[in-house]
Amino acid sequence: MTFVYERLMGGKSGLSGFLILALFILIVLPLSLDLFRLNLVGKYLTYAFAAISLVLLWGYGGILSLGQGIFFGLGGYGMAMFLKLEASSPENTAIQSTPGIPDFMDWNQLTELPWFWVPFNSFTLTIIAILILPAAFAYLIGAAMFKRRVGGVYFAIITQVIAVILTVLIVGQQGFTGGINGITDLRTLNGWDITSNSAKYIFYFINCALLLTVIMASRFILTSKFGSLLLAIRDKEDRVRFSGYDVSNFKIFVFCFAALISAIGGAMFTLQVGFMSPSFVGIVPSIEMVIFAAVGGRMSLVGVVYGTLLINFGKTAFSESFPELWLFLMGGLFIAVVMFFPNGLAGIWKDYGHHLTNRLSGLRNWVQNSPAGATNKKMVDNT
Amino acid sequence: MTLTHKFTSRTHASAPKRGFLSTLGMGALIMASATLFSSAAIADDVNTTGLAVTDDTVTVGILHSLTGTMAISETGAQEAEKLAIAQINESGGILGRQIKIIQEDGASDWPTFAEKARKLLVSDKVAAVFGCWTSASRKAALPVFEKENGLLYYPTFYEGLEQSKNVIYTGQEATQQIIDGLNWVAKEKGAKTFYLIGSDYIWPRTSMKIARKHIEDVLGGTVVGEEYKPLGDTQFGSVINKIRLKKPDVIYAAVVGGSNVAWFKQLKSAGITADKQTLLTISVTEDEVLGIGGENLEGFYSIMKYFQSQDNENNKAFVAAFKEMWGDDSVIGDVTQAAYLGPWLWKAAVEKAGSFDVDKVVAASEEGDIELTTAPEGYVKLHPNHHLWSVARVGQWNKDGQATVVYESELIEPDPFPEGYQ
Repeated sequence: MTFVYERLMGGKSGLSGFLILALFILIVLPLSLDLFRLNLVGKYLTYAFAAISLVLLWGYGGILSLGQGIFFGLGGYGMAMFLKLEASSPENTAIQSTPGIPDFMDWNQLTELPWFWVPFNSFTLTIIAILILPAAFAYLIGAAMFKRRVGGVYFAIITQVIAVILTVLIVGQQGFTGGINGITDLRTLNGWDITSNSAKYIFYFINCALLLTVIMASRFILTSKFGSLLLAIRDKEDRVRFSGYDVSNFKIFVFCFAALISAIGGAMFTLQVGFMSPSFVGIVPSIEMVIFAAVGGRMSLVGVVYGTLLINFGKTAFSESFPELWLFLMGGLFIAVVMFFPNGLAGIWKDYGHHLTNRLSGLRNWVQNSPAGATNKKMVDNT
Repeated sequence: MTLTHKFTSRTHASAPKRGFLSTLGMGALIMASATLFSSAAIADDVNTTGLAVTDDTVTVGILHSLTGTMAISETGAQEAEKLAIAQINESGGILGRQIKIIQEDGASDWPTFAEKARKLLVSDKVAAVFGCWTSASRKAALPVFEKENGLLYYPTFYEGLEQSKNVIYTGQEATQQIIDGLNWVAKEKGAKTFYLIGSDYIWPRTSMKIARKHIEDVLGGTVVGEEYKPLGDTQFGSVINKIRLKKPDVIYAAVVGGSNVAWFKQLKSAGITADKQTLLTISVTEDEVLGIGGENLEGFYSIMKYFQSQDNENNKAFVAAFKEMWGDDSVIGDVTQAAYLGPWLWKAAVEKAGSFDVDKVVAASEEGDIELTTAPEGYVKLHPNHHLWSVARVGQWNKDGQATVVYESELIEPDPFPEGYQ
């Protein structure tokens, strides 16, 4: 019990934040939004996976990755490849020169399925690939960088470069990847229509459950000895190294774990949006993910979820109401948050929210202990 | 009685979805249902599927990029659609209803197109959407239109290989643009050798595939080089050197967007100009010339179905109206004109069907006799395969950024899945 309370939830404040978030995304949002809006929220929440990965990596580890889109994209592409193969059965693609392969391959004069597509015929292998490939790729990058003690700005730039390279690769190899159009027209998962209303609800709740699980797993890591070491590495890397720890291995681990989380987000994105394209791999989405984390509060696992929701709601709402002005409004929102609340939404909650709860509980105690006659006067003081 | 029944069943059907917050909006809902109820008697005949149609208005969506890299290209299209809608409204609207527009920004971002398309169809219940520009944005939005049974009028010339029940393609598909242009250049210039160059994505690749088949199998010519550059690439030096080496009769180009500027400027500075080299492009309209500069491609040829300089009454009126609405210095390219056709084709189909229902409008469109005699490009007719019969025109560019039309084909039947060219 204490394990769950202290390690997974993070004690009293962590638990309340976690429960409020769970209540909000599992009950309040589904009840108050129509399916179209709920589906949008589901899409936003997939970005929250990447934002959470940045809390671990950037907020606690001090490793700024400007390339989380890489892993988000790899996860998304893995799922999209499976769904595309299912959608490209010989019956559905009878019109093509080579039936049975995805349509974009046919347009690019491919006559058989490339070898690296073959494992994605199997759902099990696809899930394994989504969980392992991005983490393995992160291991390669991490081992190459951290073992050589590359860090800080240089690491950020290198992750960004890898994001660009991957985008160029995907766009350039359109016969194998669908090119700039991405992998589109995904309709069924093991014969189940993923565009139906019931599927949308189910994916939304699976997504929420995964998100909450990821928060718990991250909390577990952060409250362990590893979490303390991570903070120590962030604040004084050399001191940790001189104490006899192999700093690079810790960094590699957190980088791989962050990649895994982002990839799960990417796979859920494909399932809910119905396609995947290189525009989720490159620089812009990767930087947007950092913005989500910054706005939500990069030290707060729960805060970044609200940050992601706020930014994306802002994007959708502003662009619907002011189609020609919305980018300026978004810019204004970023500047306001970063200038006035450098610790993001979580910082606001910490500064003012606790104040509020203290006052409320103080008020409650006071009301219980005092004679009724004095209440009115005191109430005025409190407000 | 039937109306009362409809009214109750409508409320009933939405009941399980209602959450506690929407109880707050219950009052509004009842009022809204009441309005629906009162207008149902008339609106029901022309609208049995719950579209945003009232007694005197019908709502449509416009979905183009207003921000991001595609904004420059898509601006003309959305301006033309607004012009057409304003003109239709002035002339009395459609089935006695004025058209209201809800505009959304696709933001040059393909998933945003899908999201906004769903918003227009599901939340706003628009009767038709005019929009998308790139193939990628259309591919992203297409499943949404098919799922929600919406109707999209898509204006760009594109690669073909697609025919959706829910899309009317008002631009030309690949064969309509390519084959006649190649025949022309073979006949007029005696061209035998061709160098193909394009940006690296689906449209240039598909177009070049068709071009190569036609050159090799029909014209008996040879393709001496085929090259693709990444989107946005600005380094054409190596390609230009290869072209010098191979000395093709014709450079056949499908370079798009910002790359175009670099491509033509570098050609000119390498001394490859129209007096020594024939160049035929399928990707340059008046809009692009504005960025490239007329002096950089003077004498080169484009194949399109429309040029702003076209000399006919329809086009004169269209150009004048466009400039009046959007300013004297606006230029009108091929896609802008094709976008202008969208609302008019929709009007014709709705009036033929006597209904705004998507299924009925599509059925009316598929009968193959919807035609516009007032189209700026001349005469167009809608083929049962959702594409337009159109004319291919070769224009030669002048210094001032306008083209002189030097060749016009007959009306060409659209064939999105050309046999023998796959």
